[in-house]
Amino acid sequence: MDEAPPAIELRGLARRFGERWALADVSLSVPAGATLVVFGPNGAGKSTLLRVLATLLRPHAGEARVLGEPLPAGDWAVRGRVGLLGHDALLYRDLSARENLVFHARLHRVEPARVERLLGETRLGARADDPVRTLSRGLLQRVAVCRAVLHDPPLLLLDEPRANLDPAAAALIEPLIGRASGRTRVITSHDPAGGLAEADLALGLRDGRVALLAPASEIGHDAIEELYR
Amino acid sequence: MSERDGSRATGQTAPAPGAGGGAAGAGRARHMRPSLALLRKDLLLERRAPESVPAMLLFSLTAFVLFHFGLDRDTLSGSLAAGVLLVTLLLAALLGVNRLFVSEYEEGGFDGVLLAPIDRTALLVAKAAALFLFLVLVEVVAVPAFGLLLLGPSLWPALPGLIGVLALLDLALAAVGPLVSALAIHTRARDLIVPIVALPLLVPALIGAARAAAPLLAAGGAGGAPAKWLAVLALYDLVFGLLAFAVFDFLLED
Repeated sequence: MDEAPPAIELRGLARRFGERWALADVSLSVPAGATLVVFGPNGAGKSTLLRVLATLLRPHAGEARVLGEPLPAGDWAVRGRVGLLGHDALLYRDLSARENLVFHARLHRVEPARVERLLGETRLGARADDPVRTLSRGLLQRVAVCRAVLHDPPLLLLDEPRANLDPAAAALIEPLIGRASGRTRVITSHDPAGGLAEADLALGLRDGRVALLAPASEIGHDAIEELYR
Repeated sequence: MSERDGSRATGQTAPAPGAGGGAAGAGRARHMRPSLALLRKDLLLERRAPESVPAMLLFSLTAFVLFHFGLDRDTLSGSLAAGVLLVTLLLAALLGVNRLFVSEYEEGGFDGVLLAPIDRTALLVAKAAALFLFLVLVEVVAVPAFGLLLLGPSLWPALPGLIGVLALLDLALAAVGPLVSALAIHTRARDLIVPIVALPLLVPALIGAARAAAPLLAAGGAGGAPAKWLAVLALYDLVFGLLAFAVFDFLLED
């Protein structure tokens, strides 16, 4: 029997912005190495959930443990072990891809050789010295993926990670953020087929509340589509 | 738990407790490395897309020209000269303070720093150092320009003492600036908040600097800067430096 503690454990998690509850009473458990896909219409709380798990937002009620550490008390221990790929690339527009990655490598105390390896793996070498403001959305997303996995985090929080990527580029980043990477993943998605295919668990959010939580293999596309109606 | 060992897989440099200078040295290194990385990034951004330094410099030179015509005097000396020079530099500094966290706010740098396993005060140290360096760059051009455009007595005898006064004033601005900028950056009225909050806080520093600089710029030869006012400035730097360290973390909380 596997006694390993879950990578993510939430009990009654809630988070509000002003008077509005963006997340309310969210409880779930994600085993280490598993993938949770989060569905829900715009404003359902998907991005807020990722930011709470990344320690960027404090929970306002309930309990949250990430990689065994309670939040917010254990924020310090979680930072640096999480890779966040959000809507914002977290890259400086006037710096090149290489300069951005070297900067983040210094913050995470990662050797510069890792930057070169990632630039090679994502085939960014030819554009690595161009300012990122000159890159297309797809290339920018590839750089953002490199930033998110630069420090080889055990937990990846991915907000629509394949947005703006053509199939070839999506295949390039697959070893870094796909199931084969071996990391625990939380992925937000609006694509029922693609999302369920790579997930172990599926969570549906509506108005910040859990509307659906079950093993991905037990959920049909129609249940996901119902969330958006 | 099948957690990956990130440090081995990425070549992350593990801290070496007890190595080299011991715990104190390791603590300093823990703060200095990320601060240097952040400072280097800020200087690179300013070199790549100059914003703060040219704006501060242009403002200073324009203000000197305006004072030249507005006061209808060819030359200034003593406390009037000190007031014109230091108020101009202080107002120019506010332009830099306004821009201090813009790249972090608009390009997600705050999240990038908050996700890194570093002490948040590294950001304070880097921003304070960046502002200090920007001010020094501006003063290298603006002070001689002030000497040419407005100052009656020769600038050269006053220069060594003036450098000391300006260094202490710059430290005061570098201590207060990042605090105010971090406070204002999340507000819609950022451009209004910075001067409204910073100027009252900086009044004691300006008084100290002006009193210390006035004898240096007096007609009939430069006197020495009064030690009492230099001490007031140094005390201000110390108090606001410690205050900034104490509260900066809270300004970054969501």
